[in-house]
Amino acid sequence: MELVTSILAIAIRAGTSLVYATLGEIYTERAGILNLGLEGIMLMGALSGFATAYYSGSVALALLAALAVGAALAAIHAFLTVTMRANQVVSGLSITLFGSGFASFLGQRLGPISNNHRLVGLSGPRIAPIGVPGLSELPVIGALFTQDILTYALYALIPLAWFYLYRTRHGLNLRAVGEDPQTADAMGVDVFKVKYLATIAGGALVALGGAQLSLSYTPGWSENITGGRGWIVIALVIFAMWNPARAVWGALLFGGINAVQFRLQASGTTIPAGFLNMLPYLATIAVLVAMTFWESLSKRIGAPAGLGNAYMREEK
Amino acid sequence: MNIHFEKRKSLSRTALVLVPLASLAASLVLTGIILILSGADPFATYRAMFRGAFGSFRAFTETLVKAIPLTLTGLGVSVAFRLKFWNIGAEGQLTVAGVAAAAIALFLSPFLPAWALLPAAVIAGALAGAVWAGIPALLKTGLKVDETLVTLMLNYVAILFSEYLYYGPWRDPKGYGFPGTAPFPEAAWLPRIAGRAHAGLWVALALALFLWLLLARTRWGFELSIIGNSPRAARYQGIAVERNIVLAVLLSGALSGLAGAFEVTGISHRLQQGLSIGYGYTAIIVAWMSQLNPLAIPFVALLMAALLVGGDQVQMAMGLPAAMGFVMQGMILFPMLAGSLFTEYRLKIARA
Repeated sequence: MELVTSILAIAIRAGTSLVYATLGEIYTERAGILNLGLEGIMLMGALSGFATAYYSGSVALALLAALAVGAALAAIHAFLTVTMRANQVVSGLSITLFGSGFASFLGQRLGPISNNHRLVGLSGPRIAPIGVPGLSELPVIGALFTQDILTYALYALIPLAWFYLYRTRHGLNLRAVGEDPQTADAMGVDVFKVKYLATIAGGALVALGGAQLSLSYTPGWSENITGGRGWIVIALVIFAMWNPARAVWGALLFGGINAVQFRLQASGTTIPAGFLNMLPYLATIAVLVAMTFWESLSKRIGAPAGLGNAYMREEK
Repeated sequence: MNIHFEKRKSLSRTALVLVPLASLAASLVLTGIILILSGADPFATYRAMFRGAFGSFRAFTETLVKAIPLTLTGLGVSVAFRLKFWNIGAEGQLTVAGVAAAAIALFLSPFLPAWALLPAAVIAGALAGAVWAGIPALLKTGLKVDETLVTLMLNYVAILFSEYLYYGPWRDPKGYGFPGTAPFPEAAWLPRIAGRAHAGLWVALALALFLWLLLARTRWGFELSIIGNSPRAARYQGIAVERNIVLAVLLSGALSGLAGAFEVTGISHRLQQGLSIGYGYTAIIVAWMSQLNPLAIPFVALLMAALLVGGDQVQMAMGLPAAMGFVMQGMILFPMLAGSLFTEYRLKIARA
């Protein structure tokens, strides 16, 4: 029981960044915009979060900085794909290429002179886990209550995100834009505005997921701190079938893989670390294949019909 | 006044040339702003970058060293992109090819005549790259699994696998703990032209020309362009869409595989850390900036190589992070993408 509780606790900690990013990307994709820039946005979120925390000493400011940076990068994607009608795949890729290059640049430039301008190897303020008195001692579900504030915020954010998407007028408009922008436009929805807002808000959440890495999960800045999480999230959105309420399961699955990796490595397994480290990536492929196969059986897993297409008013 | 965009009947040729040049200029300006904000002199930095990449014969050969893999991976990526098959796995295809070439060079030298060792290693590399790209190609055509993620995930798998080999069973016992295999026998070394620049350069240039002929002048190339425009239209015309996609992606992987095989046989002469340093990702920029035109790719690859080599030099000369080269590369794509609107559309201003 101890073991299960501790693995679950690590899985939740490891999964938190994934849930934030998954929620963000669900919003973006629901408006018909595929953002493959997540890896770059998460890296920039992790970097700006850590750098802000290091210099200001304030975790709250750090989270705000990450949100702003994520929103700004996503705004570039929105401008290129919505206004300039650029290919969404290539635009997302350029956000990732730019974001990872820029984060690496800043990581070697923003640090103090004493550390040769580098941010690597510094320790700054971090978000510590807080146990909820009483609840945290319970077996198994106690794991839910030994987390940090970002995880606790998710317990409220997930139902809210679901409610917003399925039970409000705004959520309906958002889904309509992603499904069929022509009709949404005819109904009087400002398609461009919805796409912009969903992309920018989504990017902000994704960056928050990145900041959770550098402020809580693996505190500090290191190059490639995300380790492909931004890409895994693209698969998790499919796994969640574009529904915020289901975003936790994929994140728990991948957080669980991380936790098991930790456990096995700590217990001195004979499986080489390299093969253990392949697990999340192989699991991502497995998830994709399984979801695609399931889609071929039941016809529809909920991908917004207008996902990936540029919308042009003139072509009505 | 009513301003709107009208789709052009054919791509604007002026825009095809002007947009990449304007993007390069925009990237210089935008990166210049970043440099000023981080307290560096952009003009001095660019001068140092240029000197670092082209300032001496040695600098130029080092730029060529990076331009060769960028040309090959750029060609590879562009073949797949033409079909809207988003192969972002060139990095992994390059890496498994390095592994395969190393396997031949290290373990088959007792069994092969000396003259056959290098060709065998290079062919093994190309085949390994093709196989690695074939996995997502078959998943896509057989099961409709999204190729973007699969190709990318396989990069991580390939890199971890190669690390496992040169940190583990393939590690050179005489290497003083250095992570890398033993050096290849000299029969497996690719001849060098000048400095570290190797004969892979001629192969890369020949392949660029060959690919252009293949895509622009043959029936198969014509079929591929129809598939790229509209798979449905291609199917109506009786073109075997799935089979052609698989073939093109195998070719794409083989080209990136060649890059990896040349890296280990031409540069490092062993499998070691530093094989995957992002060529496969820069290749995406090379392909896109060349507008997927094989003849433009060697030139754009040279430019991107210059940014990388120049970035390294700037680090030594001015203490700026080498990642500057990557920042500039990333910056080029934004204006490129914004500008592609003008190659496909024309701006119409009409009185309402």
